[in-house]
Amino acid sequence: MDAIKVENLTKTYKGGVKALQGVSFSVAQGEIFGLLGPNGAGKSTTVRILATLTQPDGGSAFVAGHDVFKDAAGVRASIGYVAQSSGVDRWATGAENLTLQAQMLRVPAGQIKKRVAELLAWVNLSDVAGKLVNTYSGGMKRRLEIAMGLVHEPRVLFLDEPTTGLDPETRRALWRDLERLRRERDVSVLLTTHYLEEADALCDRLSIVDHGRVVVTGTPDALKADIGGDTVTIDVGGATATAEGVLKTVAGVLDVIANEHLVTVRVRDGAAAVPAVAAALNSAQIPVATMTVGRASLDDVYLKHTGHHYDAGAAPKAAAPAGPGD
Amino acid sequence: MILFLADTWHLMLRHLRATIRLPIWIAMALIQPVIWLTLFGQLFRRVVDLPGFETGTYIEFLAPGVLIMTAMFGGAWSGMGLIDDLHHNVVDRMLATPVHRAAVIAARVLHASITVIVQSIIVLLLALALGAGWPSFAGTIGVLLAAALVTAGFSAMSTGIALLTRREETMIAVVNFFGLPLAFLSATFMSAQLMPEWMQAASKLNPVNWAVSAARHAVLGTDESAVWINSGLLLVFTVVMVMFATQAFRVYRRSA
Repeated sequence: MDAIKVENLTKTYKGGVKALQGVSFSVAQGEIFGLLGPNGAGKSTTVRILATLTQPDGGSAFVAGHDVFKDAAGVRASIGYVAQSSGVDRWATGAENLTLQAQMLRVPAGQIKKRVAELLAWVNLSDVAGKLVNTYSGGMKRRLEIAMGLVHEPRVLFLDEPTTGLDPETRRALWRDLERLRRERDVSVLLTTHYLEEADALCDRLSIVDHGRVVVTGTPDALKADIGGDTVTIDVGGATATAEGVLKTVAGVLDVIANEHLVTVRVRDGAAAVPAVAAALNSAQIPVATMTVGRASLDDVYLKHTGHHYDAGAAPKAAAPAGPGD
Repeated sequence: MILFLADTWHLMLRHLRATIRLPIWIAMALIQPVIWLTLFGQLFRRVVDLPGFETGTYIEFLAPGVLIMTAMFGGAWSGMGLIDDLHHNVVDRMLATPVHRAAVIAARVLHASITVIVQSIIVLLLALALGAGWPSFAGTIGVLLAAALVTAGFSAMSTGIALLTRREETMIAVVNFFGLPLAFLSATFMSAQLMPEWMQAASKLNPVNWAVSAARHAVLGTDESAVWINSGLLLVFTVVMVMFATQAFRVYRRSA
């Protein structure tokens, strides 16, 4: 049985904002599944519906075998939910937060103390268990929240933008923690992110979400293999339009996409194509500042399926640190 | 039901811990009644010379009034913590668990009432120090009950407003707008018999006045039936306000 099964989910907010226009995907037990998309794509709405916090308009959704529409109580008992903006009580200690969460999640009273101690050790917060959360760093807070999501040993854990607002170093550390989560605990994770790099590094499978729709689903590798071949990215110093015309005629080139400064050429074999590409640009007297050969990235996948380059919205692309998402 | 009580208790302990860790709250809880009791107690010391006061000294008259006013404000401000929780996603985090929905509200109301009982005992001690005397045992229970009930009612109302508006500014405006007028439209500071007629009429519909009447009669031990009747009215007020808060919570959950 799938840990999560979502079919044709729709949601229109008051005021007519169409947040979801038919989202479908499924998550297998034990899998880390990503919803990747820019801010406002509908990721958080999807997670909120699956966590029973928002009412969907239509479609169907099952979480750990419970119908989100008919059995909200069953869903709540089997999920951990870590929202994108905290949710932790800043004026309580880490241990108190975990204890209260365990009580609300119906962990038997006799087991709470042991479970709390074990989890605090697991997320490496035992030393600060008695300190107010207000004194925690961003990364510590996140680790506590993840522990709170796991306190009742749920089958499904929702992580809504888990690394938004963290500095790059802390993000990397959290990735390692999530890797450990996958290895050491039998829990399915639905993770939303607007970082391509994060989805690539963490997810077993992912769906790219754009404007309330799932555009494509697959493993990061399969998605990249699917668009085929390599990319050659060339900085032609503004002469992109001319370069695009020239490069389209070069043998072995599958596709050329130009934007302001860069021309991206999709080819079957990057190393083999470089001489021909360079020669063609040279004979057309187009100066080349840099030329990079790379494997297809999720950005290329995104570009192919949505028709536009990935733009996380307010947040800068990829590894750059970002402010808290909206 | 057991789950509801357990959830309410656990959530209430969370609020109580936060209160105890906030030294400024404890300071304010002490200072405010001191200011009201000494300032008004001194300023209006001679009004008891007028006919219509049941007490020999003004401080005796004033103490139950200040106690109830403190209680009313304690309840009315209690929604502020909920707004903070709403803004920090704490409420959503709870709603994604099986926690009893009503317990989220009940814990806040209960917490407000418990802190007010502590405050009320402080007010009674202050009044004692200022020469008002200590009520009988039954009178003490009566005055604390009246304080707890009026707090619960205003706390539920505040909770409902917090859930509907979700803004501190609105809460501050509402409490400031209604708080003092409700206190002055009651026998908090002045004997009802000395109020203009329209004020007397208005005060009969004022929950703060019901609480003041219940508290004062309990302290003075003069009219037991007045304590019961006014406490009954307060109970009705509290139940209505809890229904309002529950409904507001439903609106909040639907709008998410």
